[in-house]
Amino acid sequence: MRFALDAEQRQFADSLHELLADAAVPTAVRLWADGDPAAGLAVWKQLAELGVPGLAVPESAGGLGAHPVDLVVAFEQLGRHAVPGPVVESCAAVPTLLAEIGHRDCLAALADGELLATLVLPPHVPYALDADVAGLLLTADPAAGSVGLLDSAGTEPERSVDPTRRLFRPGPALPLAADVPGAVARAFNVGVLATAAQLVGLGAGLLEMAVAHAGRREQFGRPIGAFQAVAHQLADVHVGLELARPLLHGAAVALGSRSGTATRDISAAKVAAGTAAYRAARTALQVHGALGYTLEHDVAFWLTKARALIGAWGTPAVHRARVREALR
Amino acid sequence: MDLDYGGAAESFRAHVRGWLAASLPAEPLPPMDTAEGAAAHREWERRLADARLSVVSWPAEYGGRGASLLEWLVFEEEYHAAGAPGRIGQNGLFLLAPALFEHGTPEQRARLLPRIARADDVWAQAWSEPGAGSDLAAIRCRADRTGGGWLLNGQKTWSSRAPVGDRAFGLFRTESSASGTSIGTDPTARRHAGLTYFLFDLHAPGVTVRPITQLDGRAGFAELFLDDVFVPDADVLGQVGEGWSVAMRTTSSERGLSLRSPGRFTAAADRLVRLWHDVGDPADTALADRVTDAWITARAYQLRTLATVTRLADGGALGAESSIDKLTWSELDLAMHETALDLLGADAELMGPWADGWLFALAGPIYAGTNEIQRGVVAERLLGLPRGRR
Repeated sequence: MRFALDAEQRQFADSLHELLADAAVPTAVRLWADGDPAAGLAVWKQLAELGVPGLAVPESAGGLGAHPVDLVVAFEQLGRHAVPGPVVESCAAVPTLLAEIGHRDCLAALADGELLATLVLPPHVPYALDADVAGLLLTADPAAGSVGLLDSAGTEPERSVDPTRRLFRPGPALPLAADVPGAVARAFNVGVLATAAQLVGLGAGLLEMAVAHAGRREQFGRPIGAFQAVAHQLADVHVGLELARPLLHGAAVALGSRSGTATRDISAAKVAAGTAAYRAARTALQVHGALGYTLEHDVAFWLTKARALIGAWGTPAVHRARVREALR
Repeated sequence: MDLDYGGAAESFRAHVRGWLAASLPAEPLPPMDTAEGAAAHREWERRLADARLSVVSWPAEYGGRGASLLEWLVFEEEYHAAGAPGRIGQNGLFLLAPALFEHGTPEQRARLLPRIARADDVWAQAWSEPGAGSDLAAIRCRADRTGGGWLLNGQKTWSSRAPVGDRAFGLFRTESSASGTSIGTDPTARRHAGLTYFLFDLHAPGVTVRPITQLDGRAGFAELFLDDVFVPDADVLGQVGEGWSVAMRTTSSERGLSLRSPGRFTAAADRLVRLWHDVGDPADTALADRVTDAWITARAYQLRTLATVTRLADGGALGAESSIDKLTWSELDLAMHETALDLLGADAELMGPWADGWLFALAGPIYAGTNEIQRGVVAERLLGLPRGRR
């Protein structure tokens, strides 16, 4: 039993963090929210150089065929820096789905980051996220076990509470694969796991911002982080994230070994990650005060993304029910 | 990264499970804080020790079997899943023994550890004083030099197991906190200096034990009045004046994985899920969610502990991280029992395992360092926030 990231995985996380810290992601986030994805797509290009879009693509199809633990490591960093775009869809769920159904034509382009994909998976993923930047639009029906190809997104997107998420209602689809319920279920699980990892990362990023602010901002002659009312809330945020992370890693291990508990463990991780990220978001806002309640500060973008992802890829109620089902 | 316990741990699991199934008392033992219950619990500890299951992770020379930390966790999972008796020796097993292994002399280890393993000595803790609780360094109990040893004086309180115990461990001031000029001017360092870790006999002349009835109606702890209690030099643990650091070794064991291992909580979470299946109203989704969240948190604590075991195997230390564990298990334990009582509806007030467990769980956020102290540790030592006012 070794339940810890290995040196290579820690190094991968550090490299991603360094890359994203230097990539002016907050600026790209604002531009993406304003309908200009060019800077964000440039960040994606850099991520592709480190192999992020190829993690879930099999080696035989030009990807890295990485273990789900590696995927979780990457998505925590994508969340920590609030990278915009269909990351869960394009870098986790779609490559898994295409590999599972043996539809390998697009996998190399996905792995290189030249092609972005998005995915609708009703009822839990009802909209095509960022379909306007995606060259490949898929839909998967878990009840029928079928996969289809969507027409390009033509309509105006719905507005998300997260201004960087551009949500398109899916139009008609052409059939791509039928009778593949296992592939759809696995793609959903991978998407949920990646979303959970993104949530833990968002929470970690919010905690870092809040701790930095609490150590800097002085009132009554002291840094506000020296007040227990502030410090103890931040401690609780840390505790929540430190408990969500082992659930995430445990779920990735279960998924990697195709264990019978994988669905239960992934759902447990999603519930805990959402709760921890939301607590981080509320606390970070409170610690920043009015400054946090402006679009001039980054907190707002992390906070609204956390809220959006709590409902994305299955609500907490959906995932609690999946855990309970496994405990019967 | 894997969660494979391995063949050795799994065959040890089977051994423990089999032994417990064959050996568990037919009826629950009487409460350990009564004379009758203490005798029954000591007898149970001797049976465990005879089977070399009392202290599985200790070296064989002290009664253990040199099991790995992972195997010890497996033992705990099986022990709690079987509903086996509470450990009357827990202060000695989980708090004193780690300090003895790290700071004790070979003579002390040989003399004390085997008696802890068999509950021949039941140890009480003697940390708190009327004026020193969360602010433990405010200790005023004194130890003064005398021929061949020391004389202890003062008052200790909340001394768990003292009403039924044999011996106690605690901190005493061996020099005035105002002196210690060699330490420098840091007031915290000055208060920590001059404290020494002593072991003493609860039946020695000069010791008065006044049991205190707890919320559950039992005398789980006591006040201790010490009046010129003689302690030989052989019962000083660690160096004179370095008791604080010896005691801190104990507190991270207490907060972290050894006193309250995950097996206790995963077993309770499984019992809670069964209770929900048996009596829960399927339409009450709020209660169902609380049951689910309790199970998820117990699983998270279990996985977190496996990460800790890996970290320790790689040469890491428990340290301030253990405050996260203490916050987790204490709040989880309370949440699980509160949820169980809500599931039981009008019958919740009837005394039974869940009401009893709830009364016990209420103490969790208070003992082993209050949860406010733990949040302070997390904020300052793990997050690096500025030091708060004390």
